[in-house]
Amino acid sequence: MSVEMNAPTTVMRLGTKGARRLKARRPVWMEKPSIPMQGLKGLVLLAVCIAVIYPFLTVIGTSLSTQQEIAANNGFVLFPQHPTLDAYKTILSGGIVTDALIRSIGITLVGTALSVALTVMMAYGLSRKGVMGGNFFLMTALLTMLFTPGIIPTFLVVKELGLLNTYAALILPTALSAFNLVIVRSFFKGIPTELVEAARLDGAGDLRILWHVMLPLSKAVIAVVGLFYAVGYWNAFFNAMLYVNSDKWPLAMVLRQYVLLGSSLDQSAVGEIAAPTQAIQMAVVVISLVPILLVYPFLQKYFTKGVLTGAVKG
Amino acid sequence: MMLLLILPGFLYFVVFHWLPIPGNIIAFEDYQPYLGFIDSVWVGLDNFAAAFSDQAFWFALRNTLVITLMQLILFFPVPIMLALLLNSIMSPGLKKFVQSVIYLPHFLGWVIIISIFTQLLGPTGVIPNLFESLGLPSISPMTNPDTFPLLVTVQTIWKDAGWGTIMFLAALASIDNDLYEAAAIDGAGPWRRTWAVTIPGMMPIIVLLLILNLGSALSVGFEQIILQRNNVGAQAGEVLDTYVYYHGIVDGQWGTAAAVGLVKGVVGLFLVLGANKLAHLFGQDGVYSRER
Repeated sequence: MSVEMNAPTTVMRLGTKGARRLKARRPVWMEKPSIPMQGLKGLVLLAVCIAVIYPFLTVIGTSLSTQQEIAANNGFVLFPQHPTLDAYKTILSGGIVTDALIRSIGITLVGTALSVALTVMMAYGLSRKGVMGGNFFLMTALLTMLFTPGIIPTFLVVKELGLLNTYAALILPTALSAFNLVIVRSFFKGIPTELVEAARLDGAGDLRILWHVMLPLSKAVIAVVGLFYAVGYWNAFFNAMLYVNSDKWPLAMVLRQYVLLGSSLDQSAVGEIAAPTQAIQMAVVVISLVPILLVYPFLQKYFTKGVLTGAVKG
Repeated sequence: MMLLLILPGFLYFVVFHWLPIPGNIIAFEDYQPYLGFIDSVWVGLDNFAAAFSDQAFWFALRNTLVITLMQLILFFPVPIMLALLLNSIMSPGLKKFVQSVIYLPHFLGWVIIISIFTQLLGPTGVIPNLFESLGLPSISPMTNPDTFPLLVTVQTIWKDAGWGTIMFLAALASIDNDLYEAAAIDGAGPWRRTWAVTIPGMMPIIVLLLILNLGSALSVGFEQIILQRNNVGAQAGEVLDTYVYYHGIVDGQWGTAAAVGLVKGVVGLFLVLGANKLAHLFGQDGVYSRER
């Protein structure tokens, strides 16, 4: 499934096993790379990887540290000597963070399900030829990528719909993305019409075709789009900031309030174990990271494919 | 039946993307929430005049442009260079590993990223502390108004430079290997081949992404900025989007804020259309000729 871009074609044909043994073969016309050049490349790559990974390690390290250790190391704890889960116990023993975490999970699950359903239905409708007004509907969606109506008018629409301070306001205003729609639509268009025709001859209706023919063939693209939506909902705080009160805040908004704006978390996240503030803050960051780190390895092989389908075919 | 499938999605776009557009009419009104669109007093261009005579607006505009420019100069080339570097790696395993690492930050929200940056660069962060313990002058990158645009750009690079390579890698992969072979036979060395084959091969996608960037020139990451605006103060940290938010939704100056938002949207639209035209003039595909 994964797209091995740029591997010379011989390797592609040998399959993964052969490829691993051979590595990528240098074409005959290409010069042998010089040692200093390779060393330089290696250094740059190493620097890039460290720049990405190092911050994660400090955050995790700090969240596991005790007050003495943080103080002794100037807030710089990469590998704590006496790791402790106190910070996590504090924030997960009920209180603001726990509530926000549950809300965030709920919003992400419901939102993603809704978004994927809307996207798939609309994309399927738009992917078949001869649907009345198909082009018009497509343009309605695509043109939204060019012009944003503005924060104030959007806010007023949400308000007029009576969505202020409802969970719906955290989902509906960003329920569909034209970009994801395009990705799914072009994937559906790539599925041979014969399959659809055959199903239709067997007497299947549109819904049945979508469910039994299209969806099983599009698991990869749906996984990618679902991931995009899920990550969006999980990270979003814009809708929360605009539309709801603090009793409906998702985790991202709590993170903003207590970690970045420095409101005191200790009193509100009542816990009998006293963990250092900095460790608690970093623990909240880690908790926000966990779901992303969990799904990432499973889905990353589809990224390239998903993004490219959307970008290239338009 | 098909229409029923399309309808919910269509309704979404109409309600949340098209319906707000006429709402921009309040840019020409002294909008009062309890009066509504229809009964609010019509004031012509007063809101625009009010915005343009507001010094805070000009600060916001200046900051927006500075940040955009900085991102264009410092951020935009990074994914291209990274892609070239990745492309030159022969070992598929290594390449894959580096790719998985550098794509990751793209999936983190700005709240998380800025929390991490605060941990590293904030007043009690790792790097300022390191400077202190080394006896170097104390620095405070997260709260320094002068370097704010640079900070924002660095954060953007950390988040999206890796992700940005996907498109360029695809462009690189689509370059015909025969071209390289031919160039090599003609005696072109590696640098010469990069210049004569690789760069022209990437040009269409570079132009395309430049155009798209231009279209969002006036929207520099709302979430990213609003999370840090207070660290550096409004004068340095305000951009057009946060100006609209604070003046409209926080302070209730609906008309003025909507006017600024409208100007921003319209200018953005014309920037895309104009840039696309320009791309066509230079013989590139631009954005929409691909949609046919």
